[in-house]
Order: sequence, then structure tokens, then C-alpha cells
Amino acid sequence: MTAPAPLRPATAVPFLRQTWAGLRVLAVLTLVLGLAYPLAVTAAAQVLLPWQAHGSLLIADGARTTDRALAVGSAPVGQAFTGPQWFHPRPSAAGEGYDTRASGGSNLGPQNPDLVRQVQERRAQAAEQDGVDPGLVPPDAVTASGSGLDPDISPAWALQQVPRVARERGLPEREVRALVRRSTLGRDLGVLGEPRVNVLRLNLALRTMAS
Amino acid sequence: MTASAPSAVVVLTAAGQVLLVVLVLAAAHRPLGDHVARTLTSPRHLAVERAGYRLMRVDPDAEQRWSTYLLSLLGFSLASVVVLYALARLQSALPLSLGTAPFDPAGAWNTAVSFATNTNWQWYSGEQAAGHLLQMAGLTVQNFVSAAVGVAVMAALARGFARSGTDARVGNFWADLVRTTVRVLLPLAAVLALVLVAGGVVQNLLPHEAVTTLAGGTQEVLGGPVASQEAIKQLGTNGGGFFNANSAHPLENPTPWTNALQVVAMLLLPFALPRTFAVMVGDRRQGWAILATMSTLWLASVALLTWAELSGAGAVGRAAGAAMEGKEVRFGEAASALFAASTTMTSTGAVNAMHDSLTAPGGGVAMVGMLLGEVAPGGVGSGVYGLVVLAVVAVFLAGLMVGRTPEYLGKKLGREEITLVALVVLTMPAVVLVGTALSVVSGPGLAGLQEHGPHGLSEVLYAFASAGNNNGSAFAGLSSGTPYYDTLLGLAMLVGRFVPIALVLALAGRLASARRVPAGAGTLPTHSPLFVGLLVAVTLVVVGLTFVPALSLGPVVESLS
Repeated sequence: MTAPAPLRPATAVPFLRQTWAGLRVLAVLTLVLGLAYPLAVTAAAQVLLPWQAHGSLLIADGARTTDRALAVGSAPVGQAFTGPQWFHPRPSAAGEGYDTRASGGSNLGPQNPDLVRQVQERRAQAAEQDGVDPGLVPPDAVTASGSGLDPDISPAWALQQVPRVARERGLPEREVRALVRRSTLGRDLGVLGEPRVNVLRLNLALRTMAS
Repeated sequence: MTASAPSAVVVLTAAGQVLLVVLVLAAAHRPLGDHVARTLTSPRHLAVERAGYRLMRVDPDAEQRWSTYLLSLLGFSLASVVVLYALARLQSALPLSLGTAPFDPAGAWNTAVSFATNTNWQWYSGEQAAGHLLQMAGLTVQNFVSAAVGVAVMAALARGFARSGTDARVGNFWADLVRTTVRVLLPLAAVLALVLVAGGVVQNLLPHEAVTTLAGGTQEVLGGPVASQEAIKQLGTNGGGFFNANSAHPLENPTPWTNALQVVAMLLLPFALPRTFAVMVGDRRQGWAILATMSTLWLASVALLTWAELSGAGAVGRAAGAAMEGKEVRFGEAASALFAASTTMTSTGAVNAMHDSLTAPGGGVAMVGMLLGEVAPGGVGSGVYGLVVLAVVAVFLAGLMVGRTPEYLGKKLGREEITLVALVVLTMPAVVLVGTALSVVSGPGLAGLQEHGPHGLSEVLYAFASAGNNNGSAFAGLSSGTPYYDTLLGLAMLVGRFVPIALVLALAGRLASARRVPAGAGTLPTHSPLFVGLLVAVTLVVVGLTFVPALSLGPVVESLS
């Protein structure tokens, strides 16, 4: 190794010279941290985990793809389903609903009267749609998520939707209920997070079952 | 509808996930803390570092006096702000810009300061406003180096205590910066990034592109180098999301286990660095005392926030049956509360649930976490130097009681040292309270409020607490992307970061030139449980009490209504 650059006096170096040194240091670190690092991670991810690195895309028969032209969406990203023949996702505050260019929550406060009204309306609507007592509608059905792209609903709400979906699709309720149970993920490692059902995957499986 | 009391299963799983996180942190504490200490004290440079120093044309072996160390740090940070400002202003002309518009001047200033100060307050929405190159070459870089700056200041302070009778030399800023980045942050981030990809975090350079959804609608599939930024966002206690929804976004944080990993990542270095500090000052018992103080306060925050969210308090929680507004199903209340407590007790500021929609007591606990000065465990590096400052206050108070000159870690603390420490302690409250007061009496300040009454005050107070403490989380109902808030919050971040750093480095310089005094019979032991209790009390009383009037008018009134 050659000797390092000539030693500068360590005292009273003017601030501008330190800023100039800072710029040089930042330039080198930007090459390493801002280009080499993310590009290396990208290359490794594309080779080792291509499906996830591309956004965990699914095609209409539920199979994985890395080709956007074939995809119906990302498995971990919620999307809008409105007709009675589908399992419905949560209310969404992302744009007009499930807009991936406008992720976010309502940011309405815990005492906000408008939000209380919205919650009551959603409760009445969900209860009417599924023909259940309003008091039984689970919390995730009447609240907007943090991302506005929540892919999941609670098992309770999925089960509540079973009779309607089965009726609309002409499927036996028992089979649709079994599908929901098969699609339910428990807590990771037994304690992390909450049990959940991915709505896109559930609807994909439902469509396959119906056809 | 009324919210029912949480069931035993819910409480047990909530405790289970905290326990799991604690076990991982406990296992990492010693090896990681020792590794960082070796990194900061080793006389040898790695070959890649030597090559880097030659390109940078800096001398990593020149011992700097505290003032030169500070000038290097400030020069580097100024360069960071200027470069980031330029990247944000010019991003439409850069490759991979995805057709994004340039940031406006006030917005670019705010973002440049925000990322260079380890705050990562974001007025913009990542998926709309930021191109991939700005995220990579601008924001990801600052995620690394702003964290390394925190470690550097901690290292300088540790050397101040460890050295005796020097002419105020506290190390070399460039070496501390580069080594922390190369030997600690970069390897951890690379591994974590790939693990996150395995969990479903996106990592590519593709643009966002519309596809036809299953139900026949359209939705854009998102692309970007997300995992590489996500990893250092948490490890460096930065918190700036690639997307607007931050860690609530399913492509940043897709599963409960990635969520737990992100919580671990943001707590990892803050909880390991007390060990580093203790090894560097040559007294490991002191590290345990600092760690015990941090753990006590963090656990208290986690417990209170979890209780608040599980209770589902408030009109909205009662109407919905649970406090699920702004929360993701895969995380639920407990994992959201654990994240919220950890992100505000560190200086991270990432969110996996929208804090504006937390229950009133939950939002209050999150705010108090920041207002305690983020010392339990605090930001990377800044948590330790923040808590050591409070420890000096604690021995000073104890010294007053018995009429002895206070000493800490073998150094006598005279009037000058106590003055410096007092100024550190006063800076943040001044920034937060003046900024909040200004905003609730001025037109442009009030214009940003989404909510009125106590929650409106909470929104503003939260914003300045977040900026003044370099946290970066928000009560996002506040429309902060205005020239008024961009400018003022930028100033708050700048003062909240660099004034304490300057004072701490001055303290380090004074300590490094002072002689060590052997501990005598009258020396207050600073590794005992008694001292831990005193330090917890000092943290709560000295810092916390400053904010009681403001908190009373915000979250406290809200919780009672």
C-alpha cells in the first residue's frame, strides 16, 4: 500500500475546506452506497428471488409470474373488488380506493365525528349486503387500513361473506367456507401479527373453483 | 357497540411478540456492541477503506481536536444537504426519474435537511414524487451516513471520557464515518435487504406500470429498489419510507415476520451501542446501567401503547369495535403498537400504522416517546450520547444533594461541563415549544390542520416533536407540504440535530483534556440499580415535565373526552 495523502494540519482548518472534503467523501460514498449497494442487492435479488423482487405478481389462474403483461396484480397488494360475487377487501383511503400511486390512510383522529359516521354507514352497508346483524360486522370491515392497500381481511369477515358469495356463484356454501379456511393464514411463528385471509388469492381460488 | 376487553389470547400473543424481539436483541447485544467498539478503536484500516481515503483525499489517522472534528462533521452534513437539494431539484433530468417533477425549493430544502439529519420527515409521497435515482443515490446514501454521524459523535464522547489530559483530541471524523458505514451498516443492510426480499419486499429498477386487475379494473404494479432502502431505513433509525404509507405498505412490509424483523432492525444498534460505549470507556458495568435505563423506558412505552390500542379507546374505536382505523390486518393492534412505541422511542419515525388514527392515549405515548429526547434506546449513536448527557445531569443532581463535586466515569464535572449539558437538555424543548406555539397562532400554521380542538394541537405538537427530535413520524392529517411547514420544520430538524451535536463534542473535548480522577469513597456509583432508578426519574422529570402543559391541552384532554 502506498502512503496516505499528505497530512493536513489538524487545527483551524477552515469550514469551507472541510465542506469541500465532505463533498469528496460524499461522492465516494454515493458511488458505494447509492449505486453499488442497491445495484448489487438488485442483481442478487433478481437471481435468487426473482418472483419476489418483481413484486410477487400473480396471473389469473393463481400461478406466479415475473411478467407484468400477464399479471393481474401483486399478491401482497390489495385490489378493489366490488360486485357481490367477490370477497370484498377493506375500505381504502388510497385515492379512490386501492390506488397504488396514492398509498396511505385516512389519518382521521380517534374522536373524529365524520369518521364515526363513516364507520356506522359501512357497518350498516356490510350487514345489509351479507344479511347479518350489524353488531356482528368485524372491525376490519368498517375501518380503512394504514396503507389503503391492505391485502388481507380477518377470517371472521371472510366467513361472514361466504353465504353471499356462494349464492351469487351457485357454489355450495360448505365448499366456499372450506376454501376460506384453507386460505386462512395463522400468526407467523404462532405469535406474530394476526390471522388473515389474502383477498386476491381467495378470489383467484374462488374463480378457479367456480369455473 | 362497545370495545370489549382484550382476550387472554390477544394479551399473550402481544407479550409473545415482544418477548421474541427482546430475545433477538439480547442475543445480539454483546457481539454487535463489541464489534462496533472494535471498529471504532482498531488501529488498522481495511484495504477497501484505504483505497476510499485516497480517492477522498482525507487523512484518517490525524487525531482531530473536538472543534476540527465538529467542523468536519458540519462540512460533511452541509455537503449532504447541498447534494440532496440539488438531486431533488434536478431529478426530472436524471435517469430513472420515472417522469417525476422537480421538488419545489421549500420541499427540496425540507427533504435535504430531513435526510441529512437522520429525521426522514417526508412531506412528499414517494410513489408520486420521487424517481428511483433520487431514492438510491440521494436518500439511501443519507440513510447510511446520517446514522454513521450519530455513531461518530458517540465515539468522540466515549474517547472524551476514556482519554486523560490530551489537548482535546477526540478521534478522526472521516475514519469514524467510513468505518461505521463499511464495517457495520453496509454488511447488516445487505443481508437484511435480501431477507426482506424473501419476505416479499420489491427490489428492481422497473417503473410503475398499470395492469388489469382480476375484477377488470386497473391498478399500477409498483417497482423500485425498495428492499435496499428499507433495510438501512430501519437499521439506521432513519424511517423514511420508499412509499407514502411507509412500513404499512405491503411492498415495504408484507408479512408479520418482516414486521418483527423491522422492529428488531430499528432497535438493534441503539440497544447494542451502550455496550460499545462501555467497552470504549473501559467499564462494562456502565453499559449495563445505560442499557437497563433504556430497556425500562422502552418496555414501559410498549406496554402503555399496547394497552391503549387493545382497549380501542375513543369514539371511532367504540364505533368500529376495535382501534383498526389506520392499521393493517396482518399486524393488528399489538404489532402496530409495538412498532409505534419502538419507532418513537428510537429516532426512526417509520410507521406501520397511521399515528394520527392511534387512540388518544396511544398517540400521546408515541409523542412522549419522542419528547423524552429519544434516549430509550434512541437513534443510532444519538441515543447513547443523549442518555449520557442525562446521566451527567443525574450525577449533578445527586452531587447537589450531598454537596460534592459530581463526577462521571472518572471525570470531574465542573461548571462548564454542566453548562454544556444543560444547554443540550434545553435545546430540543425550545425548538418544539417555540415551533408549536408559532404555528398555532399564525395563519399558515393553522391552515395545515386537518382536525380542530385538542387533536389539532396534537397534530402540530407531534410535528415539531418529530422534527426537533429527528424522528420523522407524523400525525399525517397535518398538511405539512406547504412552504411554511417545509421551512420551519426544516429549521427545527437542523437545530434539533446539530446544536446538541456541537455541545456534546465540546463536552467531549473538555473531558478529553481533563485528568482522570480515581473513584473515592464519596463517588456516586453509576452502575447500581439505584442510579438506574435515578436516571429513569431524571429522564422523565427533567425532560418530560417541560411538556406537561402542552401535552395536557392535546392528547390528555383528548383521552379524557
